[in-house]
Amino acid sequence: MSETLTKAAARNIFYGGTVFFFVVFGVLVADSVTDAIAIAKVNPITPSVAAGKRIWERHACFDCHTLFGEGARFAPELGNVWLRYGGDKDPDGARESLKQWIKNQPTRVEGRHQMPHFDLTEQQLDQIVDYLRWTSRVNTQNWPPHISG
Amino acid sequence: MKYESQGVAKLYFFGALTLFSAQLVFGLLGAILYVAPTSLPDFLPFSVVRMIHTNALVVWLLMGFFGATYYLIPEEAETELHSPGLAKLQFWLFFGAAGAAVVGYLFGYYDGRSYLEQPLYIKIGIVVVALMFLYNVSMTVLKGRKTVISNILLLGLWGIAVFFLFAFYVPSNTVLDKMFWWWVVHLWVEGVWELVLASILAFLMIKLTGVDREVVEKWLYVIVSLTLFTGILGTGHHYYWIGTPAYWQWIGSIFSALEVVPFFAIVIFAFSMVYKGGRRHPNKAALLWSLGCSVTAFFGAGVWGFLHTLAPVNYYTHGTQITAAHGHLAFYGAYAMINLAMFTYAMPQLLNRAPYNQTLNMISFWIITGGVAFMTAALTLAGVVQVHLQRVMGMAYMDVQAQLGMFYWLRLGGGLAVILGLVLYLVSLLAPGKASAPASASYVPAE
Ligand code: HEC
Ligand code: HEM
Ligand code: HEM
Ligand SMILES: [Fe+2]
Repeated sequence: MSETLTKAAARNIFYGGTVFFFVVFGVLVADSVTDAIAIAKVNPITPSVAAGKRIWERHACFDCHTLFGEGARFAPELGNVWLRYGGDKDPDGARESLKQWIKNQPTRVEGRHQMPHFDLTEQQLDQIVDYLRWTSRVNTQNWPPHISG
Repeated sequence: MKYESQGVAKLYFFGALTLFSAQLVFGLLGAILYVAPTSLPDFLPFSVVRMIHTNALVVWLLMGFFGATYYLIPEEAETELHSPGLAKLQFWLFFGAAGAAVVGYLFGYYDGRSYLEQPLYIKIGIVVVALMFLYNVSMTVLKGRKTVISNILLLGLWGIAVFFLFAFYVPSNTVLDKMFWWWVVHLWVEGVWELVLASILAFLMIKLTGVDREVVEKWLYVIVSLTLFTGILGTGHHYYWIGTPAYWQWIGSIFSALEVVPFFAIVIFAFSMVYKGGRRHPNKAALLWSLGCSVTAFFGAGVWGFLHTLAPVNYYTHGTQITAAHGHLAFYGAYAMINLAMFTYAMPQLLNRAPYNQTLNMISFWIITGGVAFMTAALTLAGVVQVHLQRVMGMAYMDVQAQLGMFYWLRLGGGLAVILGLVLYLVSLLAPGKASAPASASYVPAE
């Protein structure tokens, strides 16, 4: 390493630069946080949506599925599953199909990835559907490219 | 071994290797579920298998970092550890918490987000363990010699603990939740963990090549500067499609593309130190792992990261098998390999032997690394097909999976090779070597 860069200078650049970039990052994140809080005004997080999210966490759905492309890659993307089931046109039909789908697992079809059976009450199933309806309304910059996820 | 208290590292290294073995077994089960989804009993769904695989990974890497720190801090600070007893207690608490978590997972006790599935009381236990650790090493450094290596290492370790606190923040707003989930995951592996990686590698370079400390320290500052200047704003590459504003597509693309630079600098650093140093340390296997780490990290994090980090590309590849390919080579190259390098370097001294079973160790290097590279290749091909069928053509996820069977079988084969390699590695490290020749007389450890 060249002689022009002294160790003390290198150290100062490191600490100074790190603080600088962290501050810039913090400002941008603060802006995005404001934005995210505003989302909740038009797309309210009702107690039922929040409860649905807790079920999502409690049963580790994300350890098979992706949501907004994050999680595991063993099962379909669910951020937009509400739309995939036609929830924007026929909300009642979509709700029934989604609940029925979850109740019918596992399929035990040979060679096909399996989803376990979860002991969920009707109310919990409604909550999880409410949560998936909420996620489908988040502006994800047009991701995924196709409704299939 | 110059200081008695460095001996506690042995416990950590054994613990880490135990969990590494468990990680690979569960990785293999996950790979089996991809190709034969109905072959395992109902209490082992893919989700549970995956959380044990990823959690065991993170815990063994951290355990290795803790052990490496306890090993190198006394030499850097030129003093005994503040409290070896506390270090042992900390180990058993950590190992116990990891065991409790795994057993709990098998019985359905989990809660959280990906990588952070630990129930609340385990998370609190992790914080307690981290505090015990940070107290112990900080006190040691404070009373002894302060080097750049120990400063950067400590900064990285404190950073790990601080960012882990975001594991406790789980807002009901999923957009916020995801933003701050990455403060643990991304700011760990592309931020503070890289500080730990760079300082352990710097320590190994001084010991193995005998190069001047002044030179290494300047390099260290340059590497960690490049890391944080790019990696902090590079977080933006996870803020493209999660409900956050579109400006992240620019910021994330530009800064994360630059994250390749520090990984390249690490390669140049490692090789030029060997070139300059000229010392022939008898532990050639440790040098192979160190150099291999720098190169594999560059490919896994740098090249495979760059592959999908630009927003217009990530739009198509996001959350596909491409991500899994990158995740494996990056974690293995950067963090598994630096640990395996440290174990290889330190174990002979911890067991009071000359470097032994060198050839077997080096064979295991090639088999494990080859196996992970093969898995990465298989997943990359699977990912390319998946991106085309699902993201370009718009086919349904499950229909696409039906087309990928061959690649998943190849991944399973790569995984078996990795497991074979680990067995050889363990034998080389633990079995008493027949050629326990004393280290060459001319060899003097570097300061
Ligand atoms: C062990 C892995 C696993 C877990 C855990 C899991 N799933 Fe699934 N899920 C799957 C698989 C595999 C499919 C696709 C099955 C098929 O098509 O035959 C699926 C499909 C679905 C579908 C239908 C998607 C579509 O596009 O048709 C919904 C909805 C769903 N899961 C919801 C959930 C919810 C909610 C949870 C958590 C309570 C959950 N899943 C947990 C594996 C899992
Ligand atoms: C050693 C350092 C690194 C490690 C251990 C690592 C590991 C990972 C892992 C495990 C994931 C998957 C996260 C998930 O569960 O969703 C991931 C995602 C990602 N990584 Fe890295 N990574 C590293 C460095 C990099 C670098 C340097 C880049 C860019 C040049 C990069 C680009 C990405 C991108 C773009 C994603 C998102 C993938 C997606 O959209 O699905 N990574 N990384
Ligand atoms: C026996 C060898 C291995 C096998 C068969 C294996 C298999 C798997 C499988 C099936 C998954 C789940 C992927 C998904 O979500 O769909 C996974 C995830 C993961 N594995 Fe491994 N693995 C192995 C070794 C390793 C090693 C050596 C590392 C790193 C050192 C590693 C790191 C990870 C990470 C970070 C994830 C989470 C990111 C992701 O989902 O892609 N694995 N592995
Ligand atoms: Fe990242």
